[in-house]
Amino acid sequence: MFVALVLIGPILGAAAFLLPRRGMRLALLPAGAAAHLALTLAALPAPAPAPGALLGLDPAGTLVLVLTDGLFLACSVYALGYLRERPDRDDRVFVACMLGFLGAASLAALARHLGLLWVAVESATLLGAPLVHFGRRPASVEATWKYLMVCGAGASLALLGTFFLAYAGLGNPGGGGLGLDALIHSAPGLSRTWLRLAYAFLLVGYGTKMGLAPLHTWKPDAYGEAPGVAGTLLAGVLTSTAFLALLRVRQVCVAAGPGAGSGTPLVVLGLASMAVAGVFIVGQRDLKRLLAYSSVENMGVLAVGLGLGGAGVFAACLHMVFAAVAEGAMFLCAGNIQRVYGSKHLDEVRGAWRLLPWSGGMLTAGFFAVTGSPPFAPFVSEFTLLSAALRAGRPWVAGLLLAFSMLAFLGLGRAVLAAVLDSPPAGMRRVHEGAWTTLPPLALLAVAAGLGLWMPPALRGLAQGGAALLAGRP
Amino acid sequence: MNAASGAVELLVAAAMALNLAALGRLRARDGIRSVAQQGALLGCVPALLAAHPRASLLLLASGTVLVKGYLVPRMLRGALRGAASPDEERPRSGVPYGVLLGAAATAAALRFAPRLPVLAAQRGSLILPASFATIASGFLLMGTRSKAIGQVLGYLVLENGVFLFGLLLAESTPLIVEMGVLLDLFAAAFVAGIVIHRIQATFASLDTRRLNLLKD
Repeated sequence: MFVALVLIGPILGAAAFLLPRRGMRLALLPAGAAAHLALTLAALPAPAPAPGALLGLDPAGTLVLVLTDGLFLACSVYALGYLRERPDRDDRVFVACMLGFLGAASLAALARHLGLLWVAVESATLLGAPLVHFGRRPASVEATWKYLMVCGAGASLALLGTFFLAYAGLGNPGGGGLGLDALIHSAPGLSRTWLRLAYAFLLVGYGTKMGLAPLHTWKPDAYGEAPGVAGTLLAGVLTSTAFLALLRVRQVCVAAGPGAGSGTPLVVLGLASMAVAGVFIVGQRDLKRLLAYSSVENMGVLAVGLGLGGAGVFAACLHMVFAAVAEGAMFLCAGNIQRVYGSKHLDEVRGAWRLLPWSGGMLTAGFFAVTGSPPFAPFVSEFTLLSAALRAGRPWVAGLLLAFSMLAFLGLGRAVLAAVLDSPPAGMRRVHEGAWTTLPPLALLAVAAGLGLWMPPALRGLAQGGAALLAGRP
Repeated sequence: MNAASGAVELLVAAAMALNLAALGRLRARDGIRSVAQQGALLGCVPALLAAHPRASLLLLASGTVLVKGYLVPRMLRGALRGAASPDEERPRSGVPYGVLLGAAATAAALRFAPRLPVLAAQRGSLILPASFATIASGFLLMGTRSKAIGQVLGYLVLENGVFLFGLLLAESTPLIVEMGVLLDLFAAAFVAGIVIHRIQATFASLDTRRLNLLKD
């Protein structure tokens, strides 16, 4: 079952690459998404991973897998409409890479071996490159290049950190290797020097992929130039796999006990990300770059939660899902708006409410969702994190969280409301919004609102299970 | 030290010297050659590591020599084809700062790496300092080169440094993971080759300083 979850994407991707007829190729996207979702649901509830197995599903992995499925389903339906509006572009590579990306992300969610996890995250990153480049403008070439180089260097450092971790266990009886269960089991005996080095390099490496400041520089470029559907997958799925990798690393550190590396560096990086994002959001004039900085801010929230431990990890697990869903909706709406205006610059995008009532309205709702306003779900996770920080005796963390969130709210609000509410440029008229490109963001927003009003016990259980992974309990 | 481990040390020392060669080469083609030689030399090492040749290590060695020594350099040469502008890096001054910094990093690695706690069997081996020196050289290349190809070469040298460290673990890592790492390296170079083509076609140059459209 697990192998099928990993392979179905690449196999359908290869088929899409070879299929000559466009209609059939595009149909593979929702078909692949539905088949993958069905397999995931059939695999749940997953039994505890067998010790030593390369693939398995624990609560944190399940969250990433389910999130991947949901976002991919929305993106695959959206892509049907989007790619039909771009008949001039050859979409074979795009569709193939999207499906391959689904496989790589699933592998990351399932991997019980840190080497395999690295392979999965790196594969997903590389499969993302053609998605960023799809616009084929000079700016997209530049963005792809920066994405490749910065993420490539980050990947190398993460691999080095992974190797350090393996080395930390080499002289350890019963240790050695990068199997997650073996590492956690033998963690107290790991060499402290190598473990601390590993933690530092893994933090920088996977932090780059998450886009934590100051390693976030590729993010506004790549998300800014990528089509909305690619922005959704990168911001929602790729960053979640990197977060999962850091959670795995924390699992080992926590199991190793004192002196193995605390969560404080994560808290600091997270708060720095929120600060940098807040500052750049306030002056930003590009709609998609604005969303990219909003993603940097949300990654900061995740890092702070993971660093705090305990209820903070519970909040971070929830926020990973909630923020990804809200951001996904915003990226898809921004794509719709950009296609109508022929621009994503906020000097030109004005009065979207009049031209695209659905997308304009959803962008506004998405703004409230992504900044953690009630009744949307990110409010619940951010509030949980805030109270976790207070209960952990870190009032200054709570204060900074609140201050930076306010900054992002004000900056994003000013920009989005102007883009939606002002009067549209002269001569532009209301356009017809297709169902394919309108329903997916609507569904994502409905999920974000629904989860804010009522959290299913299964979801709460998964997030609690994710937090328990760091509490030393199975 | 037996003959096999003597050969390993020799290969690793040669790979370390090639760091400086790569830093000193200003023509892209020469740089590609140095990095290819480094990759091929390092690729041979896994075959010599175990006392008795093991199929998995032999497979890893041949895969690495093929990818790092042949396929990736070939793709990069292919990406250079069609580059109208001269592929040469212009030295910023008469002093080869890159080589000097690389030499300093190598000296520092040789000085400080032995302070780290290593397994008794690996004490005194060049692999650990060579790994750190190669990683530093990779970052130096990435940071000092202005041409797209030079930056990819930096990334490849960086990967070679990580690979060197991985040699210390070669016997405890599953083959599927090693092969996955190699496949990702190949894919990264493949994608980079395509993007280099696109940079050339779009900006009529491989100078990454022209990639300055995107800023806040």
